[in-house]
Amino acid sequence: MNAPTPPPIDTAALFPALSAVLPKGALLTTVEQMRPYECDGLSMYRRLPLCVALPHDEAQVAAVLRICHARGVPVVARGHGTGLAGGALPEEGGVLLSLARLNRIVELDPIARIARVQPGVRNLAISEAAAPHALYYAPDPSSQIACSIGGNVAENSGGVHCLKYGLTVHNVVAARVALADGEIIELGGEAPDAPGYDLMALLVGSEGLLGVVTEVTVKLLPRPQLARVVMACFDSVEKAGQGVAAIIAAGIIPAGLEMMDKLAIAAVEDFVRAGYPLDAEAILLAESDGTPEEVANEIERIEAVLAASGATAMRTSKDEAERLKLWAGRKAAFPAVGRITPDYYCMDGTIPRRHLGDVLRKIAGFSDEFGLRCANVFHAGDGNLHPLIFYDANKPGDLEKAEAFGNKILDLSVAVGGTITGEHGVGVEKIDAMCTQFHSLELGSFHAVKAAFDPKGLLNPGKAVPTLHRCAEMGRMHVHAGKTAHPELPRF
Amino acid sequence: MSDFIEQAQARIRAAQASGAPLVIRGGGSKDGIGGEPVGVVVETGGHHGVVDYDPSELVLTVKAGTRITEVEATLAASGQCLPFEPPSFGGVATVGGCVASGLSGPRRPYAGAVRDYLLGVTLIDGRGDLLRFGGQVMKNVAGFDTFRLQAGAMGTLGLITEVSFKVLPKPEADETRVFAANAAEAITTMNRLAGQPLPLAGAVHRDGRLMLRLAGNPAAVTAALAKLGGEPLADAPVFWMSIREQTHPFFAGAAPLWRLAVKPTTPPLAADGIDELIDWGGGQRWLRTVLPVDAVRALAAAHGGHTTALRGIARQHTFQPPAPAVMALHRRLKASFDPAGILNRGRLYPDL
Repeated sequence: MNAPTPPPIDTAALFPALSAVLPKGALLTTVEQMRPYECDGLSMYRRLPLCVALPHDEAQVAAVLRICHARGVPVVARGHGTGLAGGALPEEGGVLLSLARLNRIVELDPIARIARVQPGVRNLAISEAAAPHALYYAPDPSSQIACSIGGNVAENSGGVHCLKYGLTVHNVVAARVALADGEIIELGGEAPDAPGYDLMALLVGSEGLLGVVTEVTVKLLPRPQLARVVMACFDSVEKAGQGVAAIIAAGIIPAGLEMMDKLAIAAVEDFVRAGYPLDAEAILLAESDGTPEEVANEIERIEAVLAASGATAMRTSKDEAERLKLWAGRKAAFPAVGRITPDYYCMDGTIPRRHLGDVLRKIAGFSDEFGLRCANVFHAGDGNLHPLIFYDANKPGDLEKAEAFGNKILDLSVAVGGTITGEHGVGVEKIDAMCTQFHSLELGSFHAVKAAFDPKGLLNPGKAVPTLHRCAEMGRMHVHAGKTAHPELPRF
Repeated sequence: MSDFIEQAQARIRAAQASGAPLVIRGGGSKDGIGGEPVGVVVETGGHHGVVDYDPSELVLTVKAGTRITEVEATLAASGQCLPFEPPSFGGVATVGGCVASGLSGPRRPYAGAVRDYLLGVTLIDGRGDLLRFGGQVMKNVAGFDTFRLQAGAMGTLGLITEVSFKVLPKPEADETRVFAANAAEAITTMNRLAGQPLPLAGAVHRDGRLMLRLAGNPAAVTAALAKLGGEPLADAPVFWMSIREQTHPFFAGAAPLWRLAVKPTTPPLAADGIDELIDWGGGQRWLRTVLPVDAVRALAAAHGGHTTALRGIARQHTFQPPAPAVMALHRRLKASFDPAGILNRGRLYPDL
C-alpha cells in the first residue's frame, strides 16, 4: 500500500534500541547475516532491510513494533519465506521482523479439537502433533513441510483439498495480533461467531498489512480413514473440463480435483514416472476420502461420470502406495517443469470453470504471440489455474516477455469474471494487476481499512494494494463516475 | 444500473448530507434483533431475483432482497443448498438480512457459518458509493476480505445489494437418531463424535434426549448409523426446522431469551433459574433466564464465550461489545465505511 517517502532513519539509535529488547544475537545487521532474508519464494525480487529482528516471544514482537512505530520505521513480517508473491520482500529502509523463533505449539486440545500455536510453527507440524489423536489441520499448501502458519494466515493459503475442506480462513478460529503500535489484541475465539465485526476473517489474507500475528488457534478435523484417487485421461482439455463440471453436477465434492495439460504431463513423467499417459491432452486426478463405505461409493460414481464424459482411459488407486504415486506427479509438477526450462513464471488466476476451454485456448495463443512455452496445472475443482510460463532469465528480454505474457493471463482471468490471484497473494508481484481487478472506489476502501489498523502505514508498505496514483500512471485506473473514493486519504 | 440501486444511492447521499439516519430493512424478520432501529426505513425487499446461477460452478449470485426460501427453492431444483442453513423466520427473511445478521442454523459447527460461504458482496456504503468486494469464484485472495466483514455487521457498514455464495450439493441422506442422555453426557458425546470421521450435521440436547443428525453420502450415513445405534427420531425434519427457525417449544413464552456462544466442551449451564437447550455440538447454548445482563455475560465469559440477548432484555444489550482496543477498530472501520454514521445507527452497538 502507500509507502510515504520515509525520513532518513537514524540506525545508530535504532539498532541499540532494538538490541535492548531482543535476546543476544537476535538482531542481524550485517549484509552476510541478512542475505538469507533478501527474498521469499518469489526470488526475482531481492532487497536487503536495515536489519533483521528475530524475537523469541510475543512481548519482544510488541517491543520491536513499539520502537519502530515511535520512530516511523516500516516493518515487514516474515514467517518461513515460502510465499510466492513477494509478500515478505524486505523494505530497504525498514526492519524485517522474522517470526521463525516463535515456533511452539502452545496447546493441543483433542476434545475441543483445536491447536493453539505460535506463528512460526510449520503447517505440517500441526498435523504431525495432532496425528496421535487421529486429527489433522486441513489446509495443505504445497509448501506445507516448510511454510509457517503465520504466513498461511497472512496469505489465506489453500491447497489441493480446499474445495472440500476450505482455505485458511475457514480453519482458523482465533488469533492474537500485535498492531502496528505494539498493542496486542485478540480476534475470534474458540466460541463460534465472535461478537462484532468479523475482524478475524478480515485479518486472514491481509498480507501482513493490518497486524503481526503472534498466536493462532486452528481447528483440527478428524483424519479421513481412507483416500483413493482416480486418474482419467482425455483427448482434449475441454472434455476434461466437462468431466469436472459433470462430477460437481452429480453432487460429488471430491477431496481433490486436479488437472494437468500435455506439456505438464510430459515434464512430470520425465521426472518422477508417475505412470501418466504421454498421449493424453489432459489428465484429471479426482480423489475421494472418508469412510471405506463412502469412498467405495463415491469412487464408483466418479468413474461412471468420467467415463460418460469421454475419458479415454482411467486408473484408480488400489492401495496407498499407488495413490501416492499418482499424486507424486501432480505434486512434482513445479520442480518437473523447472528441469526442462531455465526459469518459469507461475501464475495464479482463478476463473469460473465454464470458461476453462476458452481461457486455455487464449493462453495457447499468447504462448505463440510471445514465443514462450506454457504448461498448465489447474486446481480444477475451484477454478484456480497455474500456468507456468517458460523463460530464460539469462536471455535479454525474456523476463519482460514472461511478465507481459503473465499480465495478459491476469487480465483475461478478470475479464471472464475471475481474479488475479487465487491463493498466492498479491504481494509486490501482482500489485499492478490489482488496478485491473478493482475500481478506484474499492481500492480507496482498502486503503481506509489499512488506515483503520495502521494509520502511519508502517506494516508491509508497498504491498498488496496499489496506490491510486500508481494505477493512474499505468493507465489502468478504473475511475467510476469520475469520482475517487476517500478524498480525505493521502495519495502518493 | 437498476433503478433500485440508483434510488438507494440517492437516499443515502441525501441522508449523509443531512445526517438523518436510515434503517435498512429486507423482510423485516429481524426488526426485533439488535438496538432499536432509528430513522427512515429503506426497504430492500423489492430488489430481488437470481442474478447468476450455474450449478456446476457451485456459485449463486442473488440480489439482496431475495427471500431465503426462494434461494433454497432455486438451489433445491438442482439438488443444492446453503449448507449454513440460515433461518427464514416465517419465510420472509432475505439474503441481505441473512448476511447482515450472520445467523446460521443447526449444521453450522460441521458445515460452516454464513461468512464461510460468502464469495462476494456488493454494497452501497455510507457515501452512496456502490462497492464490489470479493467475486464469483471459490478462491480469491486479491484485496482485503471486506465482504466477509459484512456477515454479522448488522448493516452498519453498508446497504448490501447483491451477494455471491458458495453452494454445495444437498446431502443425499439425512437421518437423525435419539439417545437418552443427561446434558453432561450429551456434551461429552457430542465432542467425542465430532473428533471422529462421521457425517455429523447437527447435535442438540434437550429434555434428557440427545438428537444426532447425520447427513451426506448415503453409504457414509448408513455406516455411521450402524456404528452409533440409537432410535430414529419421528418427524426429524420438523424437529431440525424448529431449531433453525426458533419455533421449538423451548423458544416460546415471555422469559428473556439468550444465545451464548461458548467453547463446545463447556459443561451444562442449566441451574436454578436457567433453562438450557444445547445446540451446535455444545458450542451454542440457548438460555431462558431472568438473570441480569452482567451475570449472563459473566457466565459466558467464564467459558470463553459471549452473549446475544434476543428477547426480553433492553435492546441496547443485544450484542456484547468486544474488548476496548478491538472496539476502537470497529469505530474506525465504521467511520471509513459510513463517515456520517447514518446506516443502521445503534443497531449493532449503541455508539456505532
